[in-house]
Amino acid sequence: MAEISRDTLLWIYERMRLIRCFEDKVAELFAQGLLPGFVHLYAGEEAIAVGVCAHLTDRDYITSTHRGHGHCIAKGVDINAMMAELFGKATGACKGKGGSMHIADVSKGMLGANGIVGGGGPLACGSGLTAKVTGSDSVTACFFGDGAAEQGTMHEAMNLAAIWKLPVIFVCENNLYAESTPWFYHCAARDIADRGVAYNMPGILVDGTDVFAVYEAAGEAIARARRGEGPTLIEARAFRYYGHFQGDPLTYRTPEEEEEYRRRDPLDQFRRRVLERNLLTADELDAIDARAREAVEAAVRFAQASPYPAPEECLTDVYVKYP
Amino acid sequence: MAGRSMTFREAINEAIRLEMRRDPTVIIMGEDVAGGARLPHVEGRGEEAWGGVLGVTKGLAKEFGRTRVLDTPISESAFIGAAVAAAATGLRPIAELMFVDFFGVCMDQIFNQGAKLRYMFGGKAKVPMVIRTMVGAGFRAAGQHSGCHYSVFTHMPGLKTVVPSTPYDAKGLLISAIRDDDPVIFFEHKVLYDMEGEVPEGEYAIPLGQADIKREGRDVTVVAIGRMVHFALEAAERLAAGDGVSVEVVDPRTLSPLDEETIISSVKKTHRLVVVDEDNPRCSMATDIVALVTTRAIEYLDGPPQMVTAPHTVVPFSPVLEDYYIPSPEKIIQAVNTALGRV
Repeated sequence: MAEISRDTLLWIYERMRLIRCFEDKVAELFAQGLLPGFVHLYAGEEAIAVGVCAHLTDRDYITSTHRGHGHCIAKGVDINAMMAELFGKATGACKGKGGSMHIADVSKGMLGANGIVGGGGPLACGSGLTAKVTGSDSVTACFFGDGAAEQGTMHEAMNLAAIWKLPVIFVCENNLYAESTPWFYHCAARDIADRGVAYNMPGILVDGTDVFAVYEAAGEAIARARRGEGPTLIEARAFRYYGHFQGDPLTYRTPEEEEEYRRRDPLDQFRRRVLERNLLTADELDAIDARAREAVEAAVRFAQASPYPAPEECLTDVYVKYP
Repeated sequence: MAGRSMTFREAINEAIRLEMRRDPTVIIMGEDVAGGARLPHVEGRGEEAWGGVLGVTKGLAKEFGRTRVLDTPISESAFIGAAVAAAATGLRPIAELMFVDFFGVCMDQIFNQGAKLRYMFGGKAKVPMVIRTMVGAGFRAAGQHSGCHYSVFTHMPGLKTVVPSTPYDAKGLLISAIRDDDPVIFFEHKVLYDMEGEVPEGEYAIPLGQADIKREGRDVTVVAIGRMVHFALEAAERLAAGDGVSVEVVDPRTLSPLDEETIISSVKKTHRLVVVDEDNPRCSMATDIVALVTTRAIEYLDGPPQMVTAPHTVVPFSPVLEDYYIPSPEKIIQAVNTALGRV
């Protein structure tokens, strides 16, 4: 914690707050019926995306999940373009063609949210392979959930990354429930991190509500990957405050569980710790909170003022060229 | 250098080799594509190893090394998906799906990732990858190693599909496929691998979406795909020799994009259509091409279009059964006669 620079601390808090404000606002807009489709919200898991992406630049890649807004924001995707995408507008990150589950910005190294659980593992091997073949020092972080941990693709991907020593880190966001199914039921392993042994890679369990713990574990894993020593599996345990999707009745989990995790809220924890140690001031943090709220409001205004795509836009972007 | 002859297998190998020399971002990966070549345990025991289960990629590991010629585990999801994102981040990967029937274990990466990525990202990414895969019956390889299934992939927006019938086409079309900025599925009929044909030296690219008239004729248009082109040509020869029937054989070469104009203009000339396809008949290229002609040129048809396809069954094992399954020149002759109203 001591070795994290002030700038990085400010960045971490700013990104975490921006994610929280963004997701809370999306929940509100969704409840008002203003967003088409459905959304999966990341509130409660901010420390994971931000703790990992704090070590990455635009030249590094991430693969994401259906719960991808937090990954996008942590990786620097423009929130105006994100919000416009959720509204299905022409100014959206994907011109309104992807929506919440496919938000992407390859120029920022964000290889897409993904509607297929476990879909990102093989993709992470691909951007890792590009780095290896071209000799770049780019690293890919593959975010996946506890549900995806039981997909064959993740096992294939971790094995492939390990035998080819690809510069990839696998970050399992264990938020305790695969949709409604608790992880103690769906997972045969004691900890998902234990599976690292099977692929001859380190398997690290961290508290996914503690951004300092995630930052430290990810830092080591990413450094290892950049040195060409291959992948690491990190299991970060946290809790999603909203349901699997927004509107989910949440009948499968207990209020006690939620209270327990609310007490360990990643933003509150961060705030408490940096203030206790006089690393940042309350004024600085409050100013970040205010800016984040305003940025999200501005994003909503931008999205609402933006035009819908022309209906014929349905037909473009299938191919680069199709005679 | 006119008249240089090589096999279909060698033509494919040469296309990959030339493109890998020309462009350092071209890599190839798949099960056994190096076949253990240059791994330490076989050091000094020859450089060639397997080079693919049927030897199509032989020698590539020796020339390009194992960073660009990658044996993979039997993990089709992992390496096909890796090819998708490698393509989206700057490489031009060729992934080999050994037999097309194995799409069952990796379709998500082909269909939900590779094919859809560009569209879902609003056109802000491209996926210049090729999946090479073996198709076709005739090897007594039974139900899980003998299908064609290219209609399945042709159905999917975002994918291009290529089915070469000759060594010349295989080389030129594969070069185009590798250079193409979209994901291309390249179907290689395993029975054609030993077929010899004229193949020019050096690079040449055959545009995707351009059919080839393999034989000109006046009386009936036979559209045939892949190996069926050769059966159609044999049928045409026998019909010409026997009854003086003049058959035009159109080889679409690529199914998506499909050269609709060449097919339509041939039918406008001959007024009869027979489609020959080794794939299963329901929702197939055969029905697709018949639909194309009947919706766009029905007034030119002098009789109902005919289809010669595999039956709606799994590819069987026993030689007797498999021979029954595969469309034959005899069945094509019969269909041409029916189209001409002669039976």
